Amino acid sequence: MPESTDSAVSAEDFVDILDGLRQFIRGKVIPLEREIAEKDEIPQELRELAKDMGLFGYAIDQEWGGIGLDVVQQAELAIELGYTSLAFRSMFGTNNGIAGQVIEGFGTDAQKEQWLAAIASGEVVASFALTETGAGSSPASIRTKAVKTADGWSISGEKRYITNAPSADIFIAFAKVINDAGEAKVEVFIVPSKTPGITVGPHDKKMGQAGAWTADVHFDEVKVGDDALVGGKPGIGYKAALTSLAKGRITIAGLAVGQAQRVLDESLAYATIAKQGDHVIGDYQLVQAMLADQQVGVSAGRALVLDAARNYMNGSDTRVGPSVAKLYCTEMVGRVADMGVQIHGGAGYIRDYPVEQIYRDVRLLRLYEGTSEIQRLIIGSNLVKQKLAEG
Amino acid sequence: MKIVVLVKEAPDTYGERTLSLETGLADREASDRVLDEIVERALEYAIAYAEKNEGTEVVALSMATDAATASVRKALAMGADRAVLVTDEALAGADVSLTAEVLAAALTHIGFDLVVGGDQSTDGAGGVIPAALAELLDIPQMTKLASIELTDTTVSGTRATDRVTTHLRADLPAIISVTERFAEARFPNFKGIMSAKKKPFEVLTLADLAGGSDNGAGTTIDVLSAPRAIMTEISAKPARAAGVKVVDDGDAGTLLAEFLKKNQLV
Repeated sequence: MPESTDSAVSAEDFVDILDGLRQFIRGKVIPLEREIAEKDEIPQELRELAKDMGLFGYAIDQEWGGIGLDVVQQAELAIELGYTSLAFRSMFGTNNGIAGQVIEGFGTDAQKEQWLAAIASGEVVASFALTETGAGSSPASIRTKAVKTADGWSISGEKRYITNAPSADIFIAFAKVINDAGEAKVEVFIVPSKTPGITVGPHDKKMGQAGAWTADVHFDEVKVGDDALVGGKPGIGYKAALTSLAKGRITIAGLAVGQAQRVLDESLAYATIAKQGDHVIGDYQLVQAMLADQQVGVSAGRALVLDAARNYMNGSDTRVGPSVAKLYCTEMVGRVADMGVQIHGGAGYIRDYPVEQIYRDVRLLRLYEGTSEIQRLIIGSNLVKQKLAEG
Repeated sequence: MKIVVLVKEAPDTYGERTLSLETGLADREASDRVLDEIVERALEYAIAYAEKNEGTEVVALSMATDAATASVRKALAMGADRAVLVTDEALAGADVSLTAEVLAAALTHIGFDLVVGGDQSTDGAGGVIPAALAELLDIPQMTKLASIELTDTTVSGTRATDRVTTHLRADLPAIISVTERFAEARFPNFKGIMSAKKKPFEVLTLADLAGGSDNGAGTTIDVLSAPRAIMTEISAKPARAAGVKVVDDGDAGTLLAEFLKKNQLV
């Protein structure tokens, strides 16, 4: 996807935006974390505040009513958003990320005109429907099919673990199309969720990230017009999926860094209050060692995410860097969260402490938008490919 | 309708607040500097009114050092249309009477239908500026309100106390102050933050306000440049001494009663 190197948002404005977001997260979202987790729902009031803040469209171009942050700014924002319940970010994550980016990067002018402003304002929730049983890590293996009809397309298939499906107004749905040469190619369609033939299953009971809803989505001969095909002509879907996912990986890495920073802050706060004997536990060197390892993870992760974002933005690395950042940061936050629980001792196993929730929430980061194994394959295969190309 | 909101930067109440023992003034470097919360509620009222009533202009007015620029700009990010900051080295340590005179001169310069302030700041906690302004500008005051209703020509509101609720009404122009009964302020949104730097931000000195100006009611306000309340001495609060320990040798009840009596606690 072509990325502008000129930022629509000045560095000075971005400092204020980040500061404003920090105050909002600490003043409004963090106090609601327990409620979100216990009710498995984002309060409506918070959804409205997020809309008003501009969070549903921070990555979408100003031309379409978004804020138009560049990739580095988006990464910094992701780190900040990662400081609280991941379910909060998930609410608008697909609008800015994988779903919104497909329309902005690959849609026709008419599709952008029709959808982007509503996506940026949060009026429309866009959901990215790629994953299927047997086709999570491998987009080329999807079995959902789109068949050409006289005046459009008929889509049938089953999607799984689709984020925001229960609240979605449109699905960015990937399906196989048999082209004139008889080859099956992945294409992508914009499908309003109320279209007859679509059934959204009950939301999944997950290990963590309560409040972020995923569900199965069934497409049963869902009829859409020709204008539903993203880009208006075949041959775009696979590239759209890979491009959107690659950029999304920088965001996931940023979220991981934010969660790791939160665990470190919680761990440090606990270690300087909780006592064993006459000493706060932070006086003990084995606890200090864990805090040190947490800090190293956070610092390295932050540097890596921002480096990957810079290289993505200037076009020098749009493939390997995002995978490197996602692999390292999501594995790192797993270790940091584990140490966070360890530092808290028994308290770390109790729901009242944020580290208990984070320990479960961050587990997903190593699975979605490409597992750690897929990231290793992308990195390794590209390294070899580049070396061979050099001769 | 032109609504001027009196805004003030104050040390963050969530942080530690200290007085400088050299100057007797709040040590503004000791904690985060933010718009005082009650001021944000006043702004919220004015901005929400402007959103519902086309043709309303909201002006944020502050008297502070230029270090308060960022805080005043937050008022613009929240939705005020323009800001006026009166800043002058001669105003360092200004007391309430001098502050009121300067603000009155600035309000006359700006023009207004309604002036809205907080009932009292969290740092100085004087709570008299709105009343002083009413006197200087010869306009009605309605302070410590729990609610407001505004029309093109009048402002009415309620003031709640433990025993009674008073219903008040005044013709415009008028000055009111709001209490914590008013809605919590909004967080500035991203678009507001980006537009804030493009909005008019006027910086005035005493010279700009000097010579007095006609306030429309026929009186002339002269800005004086010296406070009349002078701080002569300041000292730190003495550290808390250890309390009295009563050891129970069978007479603890008597000793406790004597202690309470001696310290006039009963």
